[in-house]
Amino acid sequence: MAGRVFDDGRFPVHVRRGHAGIGLLRMIRNNRIRSGGSMHAPDGFLTAGTAVATGVVSAGGIGLALRRTREALADRAVPLAGLTGAFVFAGQMVNFPIAAGTTGHLLGGALAAVLVGPWLGALVVAVVVVVQALLFADGGLTALGYNVLNMALVPAFGGWAILRLVRRIAPATRRGIAVAAGLAGLGSVVLASMAFSLEWLFGASAPVPFDRVLAAMVGVHTLIGIGEGIITGLVVSAVLASRPDLVVGADGLDLAGPRTRGIGRFVVGAGVATLVVAAGVSQFAADDPDGLQAVAEEQGFADRAGDHGLSSSVFADYATRGVADERVSLALAGVAGAAVTLAVGSGLALAARPRRDRGPDDPGDDVVAPGEARPSRPGA
Amino acid sequence: MGAGHSHPLHVHGHSVVHRLAPHVKVLATVGYALALATVPDRAWWAFLLLALLVTTAVVAAGLPVRFVATRALVVVPFVAFGALVPFVSSGHDAAWGPLSWSTAGAWAGSAIAWRSLLGVTASIVLAGTTELPRLLAGLERLHVPPALVAIASFMLRYLEIVAQELARMRAAMTARGHDPRWAWQLRPLATASGALFVRTYERGERVHLAMQARGWSGAMPPLREDQPDVGTPLAVAWAATAALVAIAARVMPS
Repeated sequence: MAGRVFDDGRFPVHVRRGHAGIGLLRMIRNNRIRSGGSMHAPDGFLTAGTAVATGVVSAGGIGLALRRTREALADRAVPLAGLTGAFVFAGQMVNFPIAAGTTGHLLGGALAAVLVGPWLGALVVAVVVVVQALLFADGGLTALGYNVLNMALVPAFGGWAILRLVRRIAPATRRGIAVAAGLAGLGSVVLASMAFSLEWLFGASAPVPFDRVLAAMVGVHTLIGIGEGIITGLVVSAVLASRPDLVVGADGLDLAGPRTRGIGRFVVGAGVATLVVAAGVSQFAADDPDGLQAVAEEQGFADRAGDHGLSSSVFADYATRGVADERVSLALAGVAGAAVTLAVGSGLALAARPRRDRGPDDPGDDVVAPGEARPSRPGA
Repeated sequence: MGAGHSHPLHVHGHSVVHRLAPHVKVLATVGYALALATVPDRAWWAFLLLALLVTTAVVAAGLPVRFVATRALVVVPFVAFGALVPFVSSGHDAAWGPLSWSTAGAWAGSAIAWRSLLGVTASIVLAGTTELPRLLAGLERLHVPPALVAIASFMLRYLEIVAQELARMRAAMTARGHDPRWAWQLRPLATASGALFVRTYERGERVHLAMQARGWSGAMPPLREDQPDVGTPLAVAWAATAALVAIAARVMPS
């Protein structure tokens, strides 16, 4: 049975042998060796102080999400959240083709937020990350603080902010919502990479300047984010086709609305803009599916992973960290910090705001009860 | 497989490690991981001692070597990456024939390999000797919010089922000739993933209804730890040794 969950499902069941019988070659061929993580940082990637600080922030975020979903969790949302977690976990095991057999896989933070709402979505992905560290040895136990922050909280709330923002201008049709979800998926991955870079600014464990880390992280993750965005959009679109009532981020969906053409141009425009940014920012090969590792390799900062000192203070050797151009670095840090803060902050604010068309601010609304009225589909 | 009692990474047994109170085991593992993360790169002897410690745990748990070895294969990319580090690091200061590498990078690379291998092995011991209900009870005893424990519990119970559902969908798609290699071929996969979400969610709805039919009151029944605490001093000593090794490694000049 061991290793079944590492399957990408490409080969029929009979290919497997029983207990723990996973041949190394087959694991590599099936891409099974990565159990799911693209950004699961190992122990000691950032300094102990940063690990503690991000741990406090993550615990606070989870606590807030627990408060917001308390009523829902008291009843129906527990099994639903658990199964959504299983879906995100399984979704991370699907290898999506990118080019010539290279595959990427879903991170799922924004997708979970769009499907079950930002509070529950953040909670579910946080549970996935913790379980992956605890049971599957994916990501260090001492790295949970920043792993939860970067993979659950920032994507869920940043993605939610982008979704709400794009939905203001996009039509409330299935396509419009799918596009908004896709852009949320793209943005969530980029925001997460920015968040990691900012943590690097404060908790670097190697003399690699912040601006280079930021450029590398954002560059690689923009490419990863394009895949994430396409998958997120398509999955949301597929769910909307059969159970639109399940998508919390699709409130006010107009099924009878006209099929808009304009959205296509919008998608192409956004795609081209993203590609230009990606090309400009990065000269890094992204053929390694593990973005964080690719960047680490690129910048050689992973060679210092773990060599952090309990004694090293936050700013003690900041100046000697080889900051090529301090002003550029500071400006970049400011821009990245503003972007992350703005997105996550407005995501939190938007998530906390009562929605007009959904009645009072009842967190229970984030989960559709079984048997609740489903919107009728014309011609379904 | 006894649903809910075991999980794919678990090995049945009755060793001291198996019978340890789960919250003690989790704390010991976290302590070990902390020690591992704070050992300086060049303290190879500390890594050796920590390796000895985790080997003691594996032996005490009576885990089959083959099981640990196959499970530990997940670290192959990190060990390979560690082996690559000396060559991709800046400041090459050593050479042998056509090869040149950075000494600092070599130390750092070896530390990455050590940390990932030993950290994963400790996690394998934890997962391999603790049934899911006991692990979740341990987390609850460590004051992890009950809602989180409940979500994790449902997730782990249904993960295998969802993964199998996914595998069936993929097998059916493969049987129909779907073998995507390029990004523009991924719509069927995404559609299948959407269908998987709907199926999973609807399963959750059915589970919820079934729970209500059985008198679900809105709170999970307490996950009771009914076994006596065994070997707690041993586990404390084990984690303390790891901590001492880490402290010694930091204090001693390398």
